[in-house]
Amino acid sequence: MIKEEKKSNVATLFRQQSHDLHGRRRTGEAIIQGLLFFSGFVSIFTTIGIVYELGKEALLFFQMPEVSIWKSLTTTTWQPHTGNFGIWPLVTSTLMTTTFAMLIAIPLGLGVAIYLSEYATSKTRKILKPVLEVLAGIPTIVYGYFALTFMTPLLRSIFGKDVVDIYNTASAGLVMGILILPLITSMTEDALSAVPRSLREAAYGMGGTRLEVALQIVLPAALSGIAAAVIIGISRAIGETMIVAVAAGAGPNFTLNPFEGAETITGHIVRISGGDLSYDSIDYNSIFALGLLLFMITLTLNIISQRIVRRFREVYE
Amino acid sequence: MKEKLANPNYDVNIKGRNRGGLIWRWIFQASTVVGILALTALLLNIMNGAFGYVALEARVDPGTLAVNGTPLENQTREQLISVLKEHISSGAFNKLEKDQPFAKRSLANIRQVILERVVKYDVKQSWSLWESITRVNQIKQESTTKYPKAKLQFTSWLSSDFVGRPQSSEALTAGVRTAILGSLWTILFTILVAFPIGVGAAIYLEEYATDNWLNRLIRTNINNLAGVPSIVYGILGLAIFVRTLEPLTSGSIFGYADSVTANGRTVLAAGLTLGLLVLPIIIINAQEAIRAVPQSLRKASYGLGATKWQTVWYHVLPNAIPGILTGTILAVSRAIGETAPLVVVGASTAISFDPTSPFSKFTTLPIQIYQWTSRPQDEFRSLAAAAIIVLLIILLGLNAAAILLRNRFSRSY
Repeated sequence: MIKEEKKSNVATLFRQQSHDLHGRRRTGEAIIQGLLFFSGFVSIFTTIGIVYELGKEALLFFQMPEVSIWKSLTTTTWQPHTGNFGIWPLVTSTLMTTTFAMLIAIPLGLGVAIYLSEYATSKTRKILKPVLEVLAGIPTIVYGYFALTFMTPLLRSIFGKDVVDIYNTASAGLVMGILILPLITSMTEDALSAVPRSLREAAYGMGGTRLEVALQIVLPAALSGIAAAVIIGISRAIGETMIVAVAAGAGPNFTLNPFEGAETITGHIVRISGGDLSYDSIDYNSIFALGLLLFMITLTLNIISQRIVRRFREVYE
Repeated sequence: MKEKLANPNYDVNIKGRNRGGLIWRWIFQASTVVGILALTALLLNIMNGAFGYVALEARVDPGTLAVNGTPLENQTREQLISVLKEHISSGAFNKLEKDQPFAKRSLANIRQVILERVVKYDVKQSWSLWESITRVNQIKQESTTKYPKAKLQFTSWLSSDFVGRPQSSEALTAGVRTAILGSLWTILFTILVAFPIGVGAAIYLEEYATDNWLNRLIRTNINNLAGVPSIVYGILGLAIFVRTLEPLTSGSIFGYADSVTANGRTVLAAGLTLGLLVLPIIIINAQEAIRAVPQSLRKASYGLGATKWQTVWYHVLPNAIPGILTGTILAVSRAIGETAPLVVVGASTAISFDPTSPFSKFTTLPIQIYQWTSRPQDEFRSLAAAAIIVLLIILLGLNAAAILLRNRFSRSY
């Protein structure tokens, strides 16, 4: 009997549930269970599909005579029609929009989260949280429109029309920061409110002011959750597409000037695939290579974020 | 006592500390205000684009179309038809006649045709709502000096006509009907795929799965998939649904041959791609809903001799369904707003006919917005703003439905 329980793996469990007390097969139950398991497995298929398809086409890309990984990593022009596939212009502009986004989203996101969880009355919170949810629910193309028709003219009127191009990474990045703000806020707020009340009470009992309690007690206790939120935010910013496709410029440009137009990885994929792309062309294969790069970066960031939460989480009981 | 207070660890600089606290409190409040301001600016900016003055120049002045002194508005059917015949080629006239006989058309409809085909208003310049309110006189002056023949008109780009008209390359006659229908068709397939599989996966993970490596892998995998950028799903959809499964998504294995289908770039391919995209969201939400059903219900069911599936079907699911539906609606509203994956899958940007089957070419509302936003002319930006309002209203409706559902059916145990 004990032995039976020990090897209670999928097979035995499946047997227990799909057979009646006499050990006769319940066909209907077994079929349903099979279907449900299949549904659960679809997500695995999706991942396998992503890795296989992206990997396969990316491999074809790197096997093309014009392309070499070494050259990709060491040159700074990306011009498919001249056979130049230096990845850096796309990477630097992606990093630039991401940096701008995080410059907005991290301080504001933390500020809002601390305000909501430590200062706001429950009434204010009830009003403010739905507002942030609205912000999070607006489609990204709308933010793209906002960047192009509001943020860019704003930047141009502040810094001058000669300095700021119509398409520029700064505008896209700043608006992306607004997009990511609710994500960081809600994750941070969750982390802050998970810190037990007793910790705060103890700190108040020691004579701490509200700010001291918030910054020196609650914030450090929630640090792992906040770090995870920031990393997820970065991952989201790197993968964000429509804002940069609309506002950051069409055409790879190796520059660190945020007021110039420069195409990001995602923006490039969208522009290239906008027309009817013919299969097995170098453009077709290149978007798979770029997609794979994007997938690897975001997956790594997501896994790191999960690890941080698991390893550094303070458990209070 | 005094000694203790002098101890630096019991810093008594209360005033300074409180002042610092106050400043920081302002900073925190300010960041919240900035967030709200951003939202307000976003909404106002859209309103600003969707309404405003437009300078219209007609190719043929409607005043010259009067027959025997009767202006266009008061003409009879025969007069209108003769005006139309006079100004367009007989081939074009016959085509219109074939679409719908003029004898059966309403007068308003014929007048509309004349406006579109003969008068042909052209947008010379358009102004935003803010400009239209603050600088009316300047705009009027500018319009009369720059475009003496043009008439100035305050236009709401968002109108019932706009929602009901198909897409067109002319800004004044363009509408979003094609795009809305395209969105609905796409979402239909997204739901058909993602809802059963998503709920099935959630039931499996919550009710059946034991804690072994495989199920842990599935769980971690779902969380990771939720973080994959949407454009990667687009690339996956391009490779699998558009290319590999082309016979299925273009409908050729069903003997469906349509000359206008663009190989596998169809409504079905787009729906399936979005289905994969929202699957993790549906699973995670459904899992939460199922987890919230109290264990006692299951035990009571087992106690009466129900099998596992009977318990799930008759007790767990009915209690979890409001939560599952709420989660699904939220996932659907995410799918409706998605643009990037559909561009990659191959949305058509310039189709003016409505989708009629899963194997039609497609365009969706966000795609339409994207296309209009990327055009340099101001009038297309205005169209984009109007289309954004339509999109936001749809999303608002869905979210309101989700909230109602949650409040109406939520039960506490």
